[in-house]
Amino acid sequence: MQQYIFRRLLQSVLIVFVLSIVVFLLLRVAPGANPALVMCGINCPEERLHALEEEMGLNGPRLPVSVGSGAPFVEFHKHSQYGDWMTSLFDGSFGRDWNGNSVGDELKRRLPVTFELMIITTLLTIAIGVPFGIISAVMRNSPADYGVRFTSVLALAVPNFWLGTLVLLLPQDWWGYAPPITRAVSFFDSPWDNLRQYVPPAAVLAAVSAAGIMRLTRSSMLEVMRQDYIRTARSKGLRERLIIGRHALKNSLIPVATVLGLQVAALFGGAVIVEQIFNLPGLGIYTLGALIRKQYQVAQTLTLYIGVIVVLLNLGVDVLYAWLDPRIRYS
Amino acid sequence: MAIEAASVVLGEVELRTSNIGGGRRTWMLIRQNPLGFFGLLVVLMLAFVAVFGRMIAPLDPHDVSTTFQTGPSLEHLFGTDHLGRDVFSRVLYGARISLTVGFLSVIFGTLVGTAIGVFSGYLGGSIDNLIQRTVDTAIAFPALLLLLILAAVLGPSMRTIIIAVGIAIIPGVARVVRGAVLSERNNQYVEAARALGASTTRILVFHITPNIVALSIVIMTTLLGTAILAEAALAFLGLGIPNSITWGQDVNDARSTFPFHFWQAFFPGAAITLTVLGFNLLGDSLRDIFDPRLRGRL
Repeated sequence: MQQYIFRRLLQSVLIVFVLSIVVFLLLRVAPGANPALVMCGINCPEERLHALEEEMGLNGPRLPVSVGSGAPFVEFHKHSQYGDWMTSLFDGSFGRDWNGNSVGDELKRRLPVTFELMIITTLLTIAIGVPFGIISAVMRNSPADYGVRFTSVLALAVPNFWLGTLVLLLPQDWWGYAPPITRAVSFFDSPWDNLRQYVPPAAVLAAVSAAGIMRLTRSSMLEVMRQDYIRTARSKGLRERLIIGRHALKNSLIPVATVLGLQVAALFGGAVIVEQIFNLPGLGIYTLGALIRKQYQVAQTLTLYIGVIVVLLNLGVDVLYAWLDPRIRYS
Repeated sequence: MAIEAASVVLGEVELRTSNIGGGRRTWMLIRQNPLGFFGLLVVLMLAFVAVFGRMIAPLDPHDVSTTFQTGPSLEHLFGTDHLGRDVFSRVLYGARISLTVGFLSVIFGTLVGTAIGVFSGYLGGSIDNLIQRTVDTAIAFPALLLLLILAAVLGPSMRTIIIAVGIAIIPGVARVVRGAVLSERNNQYVEAARALGASTTRILVFHITPNIVALSIVIMTTLLGTAILAEAALAFLGLGIPNSITWGQDVNDARSTFPFHFWQAFFPGAAITLTVLGFNLLGDSLRDIFDPRLRGRL
């Protein structure tokens, strides 16, 4: 097991390294991707553009190693765009965007917003998805089961940006109510205002992910109920509530737990959308803005962090899986 | 439970092998999959709208007027938007881009994904391991973020959106196909072919691939909804196809133009939902008919 984790950690480092290079190069080979041009605006005079390029460090070599056709064939550069980026990641500043704002400072401000959004979403997802999934499985083929399944099929087809837009527009249109669109309010300063800000967007995200969890819980529960040990429990004369609550639930929630772990990463995509709709100053909107405005320092740093989180979550989920389910042990 | 399952299997076999007439057979398939049939109807209707929508549309979707943001009426079935354009006509026009991007990106993604999956599953060993770790990471990586990066990098156009959405679905396809190849590889008919002296290329092309094709088609149908959602989300975030009428863009207009009006957002979004629902239901039914073992994996 330890050896397995060690090997996976090594692989993870490799994946993150490859990811950093891929993202770095991808953002730079793009057509019309010159950030200096975006910075300078339309009708940019030639000299100003060159000055900006120099200032933004766009003229230096991209990678620390370059392959030339000339004599030394392989050249090493002490300063390169990639090398400088990597150094900036570890010196605490996390790099600066083209306007000179520290990415680290922004992260400090924005991380709590997205983090709270994800926590509330995950809690809502579990609170809605798991109980209804169980009900649906236990009362199989009842009207309740059909209701749950119908709702989940429908919810999986609803685009989250549409749901979010409607959640924002409907109360506004009909009752003149809008969630407070001010700066993000800290939960500890004013819990009520904070929740008024965060619960609607989180509920929008949870509606879709809960549908997935509902389906998964149902099928996993049905699978477990078919097992021999459940029949044994039944033939021992145990009460149905005990069989479901103690015997079936534990095993059927194993895949649910692992999928929930993976969904946390996927939630980030949803965060981009609901932060945009509900005007929450979080990481998602920051990433979107960075990509649109060609703020590559920011975009590549954020992508790399998300990549690290994803890789660690993946590893964590696999380990969790082996730990929860003794039948699965890695050799 | 076991008897129930057995009778279902027997019914399935009977349905496939018996010589009952075509009409009755179709009717039985419909009765067994009412939701799938509903999905099929929705998809056919959409295809019709995508092809002939421009002729049905009562008004030019670009025509501005002074009747801003009205609710549904006889004159404007779905109301008008912030520029006084007819939302019904815009929804009809929007079907074309949605379906085109959906189909082309899914075909592209499934072809590449299937190739990678077959390659990876067949080769095995360290290359397989490497590909699978990459696939793991790509699947766990937030799909929308991947799309945003690709769309921002490739620049906005129909072709690039198709490529971006296609790339985003490759990892999922590769994983499912690889799993199928692994299980096909150990089947007895493959063993028999090998015992008869068939080369590995022959086994791959004539024995394994035909079994993967059916799977790929099922995957394609189930992924169409996902691809359409992805295109709509990109359009909503302003990274869609410029100078075109898309449902996602119209929902965004409703959100970002003052005064906000509920109806303006409702219909384009409802169109997306209906489309995705149709493809999902059809895909689920096809999956259940062709390969019930895939339930839960797709």
